[in-house]
Amino acid sequence: MAKATFRIWRGDADNAQYVDYETEVSEGMVVLDAVHRIQAEQANDLAVRWNCKAGKCGSCSAEVNGNPKLLCMTRLNDLPLDQPVTVEPMRAFPIIKDLVTDVSWNYKVKEKMKPFTPRPPDAEDGTWRMEQVDIDHIQEFKKCIECFLCQDVCHVLREHHLHEEFIGPRYLVYAASLEMHPIDTENRLEELKGEDGIGYCNITKCCTKVCPEHITITDNAIIPLKERVVDEFYDPLRKLFKVFSG
Amino acid sequence: MAHPELTLTEHRPFQTQRKDTWWVQPLAVFIGLGVFIVYATFRVFEGNHFLPENAPYLTPFYSPLLFGTSEHSNDHSWFGAMPAWMPGVITPAVLILWAPLGFRFTCYYYRGAYYKAFWADPPSCSVSEPRKGYRGEHSFPLIIQNIHRYFLYVAIVIVGILAYDVWEALWFDDGNGGKTFGIGIGTIILAVNVVLLGGYTFGCHSLRHLVGGIVDLLSKAPVRRNLYNCVSCLNQRHMLWAWMSLLWVGFSDLYVRTIAVTGWQDYITF
Repeated sequence: MAKATFRIWRGDADNAQYVDYETEVSEGMVVLDAVHRIQAEQANDLAVRWNCKAGKCGSCSAEVNGNPKLLCMTRLNDLPLDQPVTVEPMRAFPIIKDLVTDVSWNYKVKEKMKPFTPRPPDAEDGTWRMEQVDIDHIQEFKKCIECFLCQDVCHVLREHHLHEEFIGPRYLVYAASLEMHPIDTENRLEELKGEDGIGYCNITKCCTKVCPEHITITDNAIIPLKERVVDEFYDPLRKLFKVFSG
Repeated sequence: MAHPELTLTEHRPFQTQRKDTWWVQPLAVFIGLGVFIVYATFRVFEGNHFLPENAPYLTPFYSPLLFGTSEHSNDHSWFGAMPAWMPGVITPAVLILWAPLGFRFTCYYYRGAYYKAFWADPPSCSVSEPRKGYRGEHSFPLIIQNIHRYFLYVAIVIVGILAYDVWEALWFDDGNGGKTFGIGIGTIILAVNVVLLGGYTFGCHSLRHLVGGIVDLLSKAPVRRNLYNCVSCLNQRHMLWAWMSLLWVGFSDLYVRTIAVTGWQDYITF
């Protein structure tokens, strides 16, 4: 059986280092399998968060060879195994231990956002009627598994740590799914421009590239929201048009 | 074996654990845009060789031709000769090229590309940056990028004018003071230029928003829905349209300039 070396980031926020582990690998293995083998055979105290092993729970987010990835969906045969495979925790969030980070900031961001506010029900039984075409352009946003890889790769959070001023791509997608919803009545543009900091996004499309659900985050969520903010705050002609058209 | 080499919080410029050739794409963008900027600057201030005397080809860099700079080009300009009071640095291209360049400069695709290639902001995904501060497009000066839709309006008009230039490029001097129909290689080059510029302009993110993205209930607006679908279709390949149209517009100008300088007669099917 072939062997490969995994260079795993071990430690906490104060004291950490990369440690090399050599382990056997076989066809069909993913990085999480290798990490589990190392955990079982060489490093029983290695901390790694995981759950479904099917790319749907978003728990095993980490960085493999510098790229934000789900450990359970990163196949070893897609990696160059002639050199050590680097496995690190996400850099945008505080480290708890080894590969496990504290992602609770994300949930706090979500709590602060204006919730879904539907119009009064269309039918007496309390239900609404919607056309599929009106749902189509927000449908993909519902695929998000909240793995936070998009937050991790976003340089505004990862590099500049502007967590207090920018909600990140995950929550811009969430805002888009609400703002563009055919029966939602809330207006979130003031918050998007202000405390949500949509202007910090400089459209690198890194979030789109790392999304394991292939959500077109930048083109279908962030840019349309930026355009709505332009409508509301930066387009005097449109303002004038709205005044005259009522 | 332990390697006490790097920590997650100490970021050196261009630090990354990526093992792929992440630098290739920003470098290609830097070279591609850099070469175009240098060439376009030279042509804009050259102020000549934009309308050959032996062919009805007007280079897209000088279209619309508001003022001419020679007897020949004066006849084809909108308002005759360039006013004498105009400073010498103002060429016919300077008067109009700000619009398509502004459209590209504020384009959502190009913004992401040149922030990486020219400002290393970031150099590439999950690669550390050379500077600590960051304001993005949240405040001055980059908040001005929100003007993009105004450049779009002008760019749409210019695509229409370039299409008219293709029509003009179908009519050659017959040698007797009249015009005769023909399709030259230059005509085809200018026509392809309009198609590529059209694909880029009509796939613009702002246009996509204005025609349909602005409304949540597209089912109630069938015309908007169809327009939205058309623009979205082009928008999916916006990067490809952006590069193809940029390269072709430069090539079109080079072709027209070559004819203007050398007096070479390109192949014409009469």
